[in-house]
Amino acid sequence: MARLASLAIFLAAWYVGSALAGEQMLPSPTKVAVAIAAEARSGDLFFNLAVTLARVFLAFALAMAVGTAIGLLMGRVVLADRLGDPWLVLLLNLPALVIIVLAYVWSGLTEAAAILAVAVNKLPNTVVAVREGARTLDRGLDEMAQAFALPRWKILRHIVLPQLTPYLATAARSGLSLIWKIVLVVELLGRPNGVGFEIGIAFQLFDVTRILAYAMAFVAVILAIDTLLVQPLERRASRWRLRKA
Amino acid sequence: MAVSGERADVLRDVSFGLDRGLIGVLVGPSGCGKTTTLRIIAGLDSDYQGSIVRPAAGRLGVVFQEPRLLPWRTVEDNVRLVAPGADPAMLATLFEVLELTHHRSHYPGELSLGLARRVALARALAVAPDILLLDEPFVSLDDALATRLRDELVTLVDNRALTTLMVTHDIDEAVRLADRLFFLSSRPARMLAEVPIATPRAARTTADIASIKAEIARQLGAATGITSTGCQCGSGQEIAR
Repeated sequence: MARLASLAIFLAAWYVGSALAGEQMLPSPTKVAVAIAAEARSGDLFFNLAVTLARVFLAFALAMAVGTAIGLLMGRVVLADRLGDPWLVLLLNLPALVIIVLAYVWSGLTEAAAILAVAVNKLPNTVVAVREGARTLDRGLDEMAQAFALPRWKILRHIVLPQLTPYLATAARSGLSLIWKIVLVVELLGRPNGVGFEIGIAFQLFDVTRILAYAMAFVAVILAIDTLLVQPLERRASRWRLRKA
Repeated sequence: MAVSGERADVLRDVSFGLDRGLIGVLVGPSGCGKTTTLRIIAGLDSDYQGSIVRPAAGRLGVVFQEPRLLPWRTVEDNVRLVAPGADPAMLATLFEVLELTHHRSHYPGELSLGLARRVALARALAVAPDILLLDEPFVSLDDALATRLRDELVTLVDNRALTTLMVTHDIDEAVRLADRLFFLSSRPARMLAEVPIATPRAARTTADIASIKAEIARQLGAATGITSTGCQCGSGQEIAR
């Protein structure tokens, strides 16, 4: 209920802003909706959304998998932490644009370079979150697993990962929004399709309606993923917390 | 271990043996190194000098001082995780004996400490261990429950003839359960006395227990007497942390 009211206020503010600034600078929600419908009819919208979404997911999966592995290592092995920390600081502070440009310069305007550049941008974030989680791992449960001689994969699957769930969920949520923002830049700079590419074209034509149409459509997609996928997964992972007697 | 960061010996010249199928109980003042001894035997602490001989291919069941259950798995899944090959009928009996049958699908967060302790005991027994290590498994439970759990433990242990080593600072509990008692001094722990008890557990009367305790007090008095004359040998078997 509160969320709906909040949405209504947002739309109302948009209408008012549009009336004040003029359709040229800020087209009204209606005009943007019409533009979305037109792009959807031509098929361009879905094609570009799908292409961008695929890049987001590939980069996301890569950054999460590699980041989790490195974060676990750094959280549990002091030497790894000492060795890795300066690299982490470097990566955290390297501007996204620098990584993207370097990736394109070094390996050409390829798909692999684009996805790798995005993943590297997200990587330090995941590492920091997972390292934090790995530092809080329960030593008692560790010893229990060791005393009962549990195999390594079981320890990872049933003892380590459940303890990391909240940290992974945080990394995933902030990661999804961060990654899609960076994917657009990557597409703008060196890809022939995708939402970022379309927005680049619209920018050259000063077509604010088109920019907003693509942005809104993609935000809606990400929102849907968060509500339909991320949140249910989180609830499922933490269902043991809810069932207090 | 020490606050200053210095290494301090926790155990010194501790050696003992336990025959198959017997219950041994380690007794000593709190903080004396009983838990450390158990951790070394369980293979959780490798910072020691000396040797541990465990039967070849001996499976280990451990009950820690805290239950150490996985909060995100149900009681049954906690037990099954360490004993994936356990026979369902055996598990059912185990849950039955420990009165956990109704709690199989509960999460540890829903259990009282007494129940959680029983789950930890069930988990240790479910792996069909050859050696059972118990670290003060009944501490901070009320007397009635502790007595009942002790009886359940004895039943389970006697039925399987498994070698059990328990740590406690409760002499009454020790005398009631043990086939063989090991007394440790305060830190660095040395073996003060080793007392075998011949009377079968079930046949021990209150009078027996009192006389065993008197005998122990006599032996311990003798042991501490020797210490005060300064006979403290420091041969190779030091255990440092």
